[in-house]
Amino acid sequence: MIEVITRTFTPEILTYLLGGAWLVIELSVVIVICSIFFGLILALLRSYDKFILGRLAGVYIEIFRNTPNLMWVLICYVYAPLPTAFLRCAFAFVLFTSATIAEIIRGGLNSIPRGQFEAASSQGFSFVQTLIYIILPQCFQNIVPTLLSQVITVVKDTSFLSMVAVAELMFRSRNALALLPRYTGQTVGIAQVAVIFGFAALIYFIINFSLSCIVRHMHKRRHAQARQATARA
Amino acid sequence: MIEQILSPACWLVFLADWHLFLQAFGVTVMVSIAALALALALGVVFGVMSTSHFLLPRNVARAYVEAIQNTPLVLQAYVFYLALPYIGVMMGQVSVGIFAVGIYHGAYIAEVVRAGIQSIPRGQSEAAASQGFTYVQTMRWVILPQTVKIILPPLVNQMVNLIKNTSVIALIGGTDLMNRTNDWATSGASIYGPPFLVCGVLYFLLCFPLSTWGRRYEEKLKKKDSHAGEELRKIEEELS
Repeated sequence: MIEVITRTFTPEILTYLLGGAWLVIELSVVIVICSIFFGLILALLRSYDKFILGRLAGVYIEIFRNTPNLMWVLICYVYAPLPTAFLRCAFAFVLFTSATIAEIIRGGLNSIPRGQFEAASSQGFSFVQTLIYIILPQCFQNIVPTLLSQVITVVKDTSFLSMVAVAELMFRSRNALALLPRYTGQTVGIAQVAVIFGFAALIYFIINFSLSCIVRHMHKRRHAQARQATARA
Repeated sequence: MIEQILSPACWLVFLADWHLFLQAFGVTVMVSIAALALALALGVVFGVMSTSHFLLPRNVARAYVEAIQNTPLVLQAYVFYLALPYIGVMMGQVSVGIFAVGIYHGAYIAEVVRAGIQSIPRGQSEAAASQGFTYVQTMRWVILPQTVKIILPPLVNQMVNLIKNTSVIALIGGTDLMNRTNDWATSGASIYGPPFLVCGVLYFLLCFPLSTWGRRYEEKLKKKDSHAGEELRKIEEELS
């Protein structure tokens, strides 16, 4: 096995695979940042606009939450008006993820008592000021763990992009198997497949497990705080 | 794409092959049901294991959940489809889909079941034990029936995700709805609009009633039974 590992991970193959891993991280960061932005807009519209825009946001969220991610990737890969494959795929993910994140943010907004709005307006805050200074900071503090779990989902789902030949980690792992005989002179057997897929799995696992450890830590801290609060009261 | 959706000529070409799409839709529905059955079975078994008093079953369940939840479904499907043939296990794309999706969502359902069991007060197990129930009997007749009411909303959520994730079959070249749509659109006349619209509507018809029912049920439960609603809120926070 050790011989297979040393023969398989030549510098070329290793940089090729790690390049894929880097692409996964890049994609995820772009997707998550844009999705939080659009998701916030959608959530605010759905929560506070009772007329046409709020309804439209609701329809948007329902459509994207009930259709597969892969379908939007395939559509956007051909039709999104963006120059590169990277951006078109990121666009598909943003369309999809912003709907999910909108629902997460809406949950956070709902958990904040109505009285806060009334208190703020009695102090002369306008609606927008109330949102920016009072509601949203609390909302985001509450939903950070849920948002991080959504990041894990995004990192995993980028692997769907191997269908449209974006050279992310999963695509490159498959490709590396095809290239293996040429670069290393090995015939591909179960050992080589296990080593390459194992390496990809390890990278995904390291990224996601560290994220989920952070989530768990946050939950624990929150429970401890809640327990302290009840003990004091 | 919009022009194609509005063009009757494109629809005529598309509708000439409607039976292909119906058949592919049937595959997606069949895979969803089979994978759901597998996921529920695995979820209950591993969920119960992870609340066990013994270290071994608890750690086995933990390892299953962590390994599956932290790696992509696509990778797992590739392992089934590309790696297993080397050790003599050959499976068709559809069975790979059932096993990969079932095992993947089994891990998520195991977490839901675990959280549900932990929300039931310990006294219930002790009371059942004092009445001579064995461990399995306690789970089967006392604990699990009570969890169902609370864990139904997150469970339905997992079902919707499961249906959407059956599209992973497209990545290994199976003939589910997703791949059939993409194949049909990219080959020949390159008509994208109608097939993708129909594909989206079909997935939506599968998922939307489920997710709407789940949300309604959750709202009703929170309103009617504040204790159960509180437990559900805790479970959802823990699962997130």
